[in-house]
Amino acid sequence: MIVMPTITLAALDLDFGRIFPSLPFILQGLIVTLQFTALSAVLGFIWGTVLSLFKISSIKPLYWFGTVYTSVFRGTPLLVTLSLIYFATPQLTGQDISGFQAGVITFALNSGAYVSEVIRAGILAVDKGQREAAVSLGVRYQPMMIDIILPQAIKNILPALVNESIALLKDSTLVSVIGAQDLLRRAQIVAAEKYVYFEPLLMVAIVYYVVVMVLTILATVLERRLQRSS
Amino acid sequence: MAIAIHVNRLFKSFGPLQVLKEISTDINRGEVVAMIGPSGSGKSTFLRCLNLLEVPTSGTIEVDGVEITNPKTDVMSLRQNVGMVFQHFNLFPHMTVLENIMYAPVRVKGVEKSQAQAKGMELLQKVGLSEKASIYPSRLSGGQKQRVAIARALAMEPDIMLFDEPTSALDPEMVKEVLDVMKDLALSGMTMVIVTHEMGFAREVANRILFLDQGRVVEDAPPDVFFSTPKSDRATQFLQKVL
Repeated sequence: MIVMPTITLAALDLDFGRIFPSLPFILQGLIVTLQFTALSAVLGFIWGTVLSLFKISSIKPLYWFGTVYTSVFRGTPLLVTLSLIYFATPQLTGQDISGFQAGVITFALNSGAYVSEVIRAGILAVDKGQREAAVSLGVRYQPMMIDIILPQAIKNILPALVNESIALLKDSTLVSVIGAQDLLRRAQIVAAEKYVYFEPLLMVAIVYYVVVMVLTILATVLERRLQRSS
Repeated sequence: MAIAIHVNRLFKSFGPLQVLKEISTDINRGEVVAMIGPSGSGKSTFLRCLNLLEVPTSGTIEVDGVEITNPKTDVMSLRQNVGMVFQHFNLFPHMTVLENIMYAPVRVKGVEKSQAQAKGMELLQKVGLSEKASIYPSRLSGGQKQRVAIARALAMEPDIMLFDEPTSALDPEMVKEVLDVMKDLALSGMTMVIVTHEMGFAREVANRILFLDQGRVVEDAPPDVFFSTPKSDRATQFLQKVL
């Protein structure tokens, strides 16, 4: 456990000591945030891959579905989709969903739209000779995509994918609006309890920044390693 | 002699541009055919039609008696019998040399991994690159890449091999090592169709020259006849410039 000294800046009347007892409570929110981001990123990536294949498909209905879907999700605010899924789906299905579930669904659907554009560009950037070589060896569409085209596409777009997860991590604060107990939500709860706002909010801002930096560094290392393998 | 490839009245257009104008020819089993001609004559397009990398506009192609231009034909299983080597190698950059060679036999034919590996090593030895098995293609020279690409195509045990300007992207000093591998292959009785600018090689290794110009086969002759007494003015002009 970190021992936090009582820092009192008299002029600003800041006192981090006051939120010290609530620290474990707030930091538990980090686990929620990370779980949430990881789950949304993975599901969004899978969905985005499927959508990108739709968008380069020669089957017209799939192409149109992918294109319209992307347009709709890119053209509506995330908070609106989130509210729709959290507040409006129970009205349709008669089943309540938790803020966390609604958040994961929304973010996966939304991030899928963005990621699909990135992956599509990545696939199109793979040299067409790769496809011709695979085809001329008798390799069918599915194994060709999975074993030959996508690995090369994803390698090229890795930085963009990491940026997408970072955006997802930051956007995840939106779920605090629908009551999921993420970092921001917990900071707000502590703030409301103790009537201090600056200290808990500043703290979560720092936590977010640190996590984003760690992700960025991981991405750089990963990228460098992938570069070496080729 | 058995016919390996039968081409009948083949036409191919890209939009308004007519690239192949009524090509008909038979290629026999074991024949080594060199296709030469000026650039834009349709040589590569014709070659790429033979395994349907380009879909002909009209006309029929039969490979081993199967009409591949029939939409009902399973093109993918046909392609297993027709190997192709490209100008720019097109090795899979994220796989090692051996993995490149093993991939299609394992994934397409369902060959046991250990068996594919043994076969892969055997082929690498044949093209003189055994010691490069576990290296990634980016660390090979152009000539080495092309030899791996040939081994990769051979791993599928094709009946016919197509070569699309296999030495055009190579440094001059690496051309020979690739041509030597191809020569061995020709001597082993493989049916080969080669688009090339290597006149010496065509003369020495091919037993038939197809000279294409403006989408037509202008000359079809044994190399000694073609190179010494070409019939057409166009071929005479061409040979004057390249020889």
